[in-house]
Amino acid sequence: MYDLNVCSHNREAYGRALVELGSTNPDVVVLDADLSTSTKTSIFAERFPERFIDVGIAEQNLLDIAAGLALSGKIPFVSTFSIFGCGRGWEQIRNTIAMDSINVNIVCTHAGLSLGGDGATHQALEDIAIMRAIPNMQVIVPADPVETRAVVQYAAAYQGPVYIRLSRRRSPHLFDAAGYRFDPKSYPVLREGDDVTILSTGNMIRKALKAAECLAEDGISAGVVNVHTIKPLARDAICSIAKKTPAIVTLEEHNVIGGLGSAVAECLVQDCPVPMRIIGVEDRFGCSGRVDELFEKFNLTPAHVAGVVKNLVRER
Amino acid sequence: MESGNYDNLNEIATRLRRHILEMTARAGSGHYMSSFSCVEILAALYFQEMQVRPDDPAWPGRDRFVLGKGHAAPALYAVLAERGYFPVPELMTLRQVGSRLQGHPVKSYGLPGLDASSGSLGQGISTAVGIALAAQLDGADWRVFVLLGDGECQEGQVWEAAMAAAHFKCDNLVVIVDYNALQSTGTLDEIMSLGDLRAKWEAFGWSVTEARGHDFGSLQDALAGARARKGMPHLILAHTMKGHGVPFIEGNLEYHSKPLSADELAGALHALEVRH
Ligand SMILES: Cc1ncc(C[n+]2csc(CCOP(=O)(O)OP(=O)(O)O)c2C)c(N)n1
Ligand SMILES: [Mg+2]
Repeated sequence: MYDLNVCSHNREAYGRALVELGSTNPDVVVLDADLSTSTKTSIFAERFPERFIDVGIAEQNLLDIAAGLALSGKIPFVSTFSIFGCGRGWEQIRNTIAMDSINVNIVCTHAGLSLGGDGATHQALEDIAIMRAIPNMQVIVPADPVETRAVVQYAAAYQGPVYIRLSRRRSPHLFDAAGYRFDPKSYPVLREGDDVTILSTGNMIRKALKAAECLAEDGISAGVVNVHTIKPLARDAICSIAKKTPAIVTLEEHNVIGGLGSAVAECLVQDCPVPMRIIGVEDRFGCSGRVDELFEKFNLTPAHVAGVVKNLVRER
Repeated sequence: MESGNYDNLNEIATRLRRHILEMTARAGSGHYMSSFSCVEILAALYFQEMQVRPDDPAWPGRDRFVLGKGHAAPALYAVLAERGYFPVPELMTLRQVGSRLQGHPVKSYGLPGLDASSGSLGQGISTAVGIALAAQLDGADWRVFVLLGDGECQEGQVWEAAMAAAHFKCDNLVVIVDYNALQSTGTLDEIMSLGDLRAKWEAFGWSVTEARGHDFGSLQDALAGARARKGMPHLILAHTMKGHGVPFIEGNLEYHSKPLSADELAGALHALEVRH
């Protein structure tokens, strides 16, 4: 069982996973753009300095250098903050990396509102949408350190571009290292429920679980499922969840346009329509503030989620 | 300002550093080290060189300023407040929800005196080229000033803008590089060397001057040179020290984005007094 109070950084798990990969596979190379101490590629850089490439503050160059390395048989992992990697590098990702399905693993950190005080320019709330819209791209958001490690291993083995989204913040430990197996086609059920299922991803899982606890007190049985792989979405898995519980709510630290909610809606509306609500940032830019204050401001709290669920269940 | 006597400006610079320390300490985050690097540059611009009217911040004839290295927002905010654009106590709202003083400058929050948003490195200089072209189109004689980080010069966009400004003969554009030789995770020479930076800008068709970036006299000379020379854009390579003013912060990258502890804050404030 998970413990929401034991937390650590997925980006540190990422740095350690890179070292593991690097120890067994000499083709693994890691690239950064002057943020290695924040993205935690510094952990790899310390161990394998000759296979670490810092291109300086030059994200476009970063992505295409990685493409060149991959074209020559290397397995590059590329990191910077999400806003700069996906944003500044979007067209490089689309036209050089994804078009030919080049094997570049893009692991961006500090996504969502997690850069708090730095404000709107640094808060990536559109990255899932813009990565998801590129053909051939996979989009994965791990929820805890164990899952992060497994996803990094998956990406290294998978041939083709993958975008992995990480937060700056700590995540609760949800999974046992011994028992966990990552399968992009099946989503871990963290809590069973009969009335509604909350589909969430990454750091928002914690809030989904807390919302479900609140709802239980009000007699509403809410399940929580970790949708780690947003693209390709496991449509069969989503539909079978929608058939089990009569309503679906999605929760993400991202714009409500184009993210997890959109992906799930695109599936359900065509394959298995059920009443649904999408919770996320309502098409706005972020702003400066402590991260917990921002979650309040943008309605990403367990109380808000519980309220939305109650209304949805009552409407039926 | 009398040339030769910079006591007044040096006093202002010390006040600015004190504001920067206090506001970032209150916020619990913010780039004081990068801000210290450009205190004198910003003070020289806003207190001497730029034609501005703090009581009429949107005056159409004003000189414009773009903070390419947007993470030095605390320094810009402090200088705007000291110059009278808004009350000094508002500095303490830095990075709070709803504040006009966002962590990186956001123009739409309405802070008086803020000409452009920034925070994503490399974009500010292109915006400034556009502003300079608008002045040319209008036949107006106001100018545009930009502060770039030296690490920021690693962004390809900086060189696209450099090419454009020379091509369009933007002699109303003055770019100052805060040349502190450090970026966020190391020295520029370790991470990504800029080589002969002066020669690079010259090769792009700019008039280049060097200055001591914490010395008002030297900055004033360089700015006067930029004012006099026509036909090409101007670059001032301002040699600076990241963290200048507080010895334990100077050149120590541990402090690039780490909040100061209460003891460190007290020590830093004390160091400012002593040095002054
Ligand atoms: C496009 C972009 N990439 C990365 C960052 C993150 N970042 C903020 S400050 C910084 C280092 C800046 O170094 P420099 O330009 O030399 O400024 P200094 O702090 O030394 O004055 C980096 C990489 C950013 N703000 N924008
Ligand atoms: Mg620098």
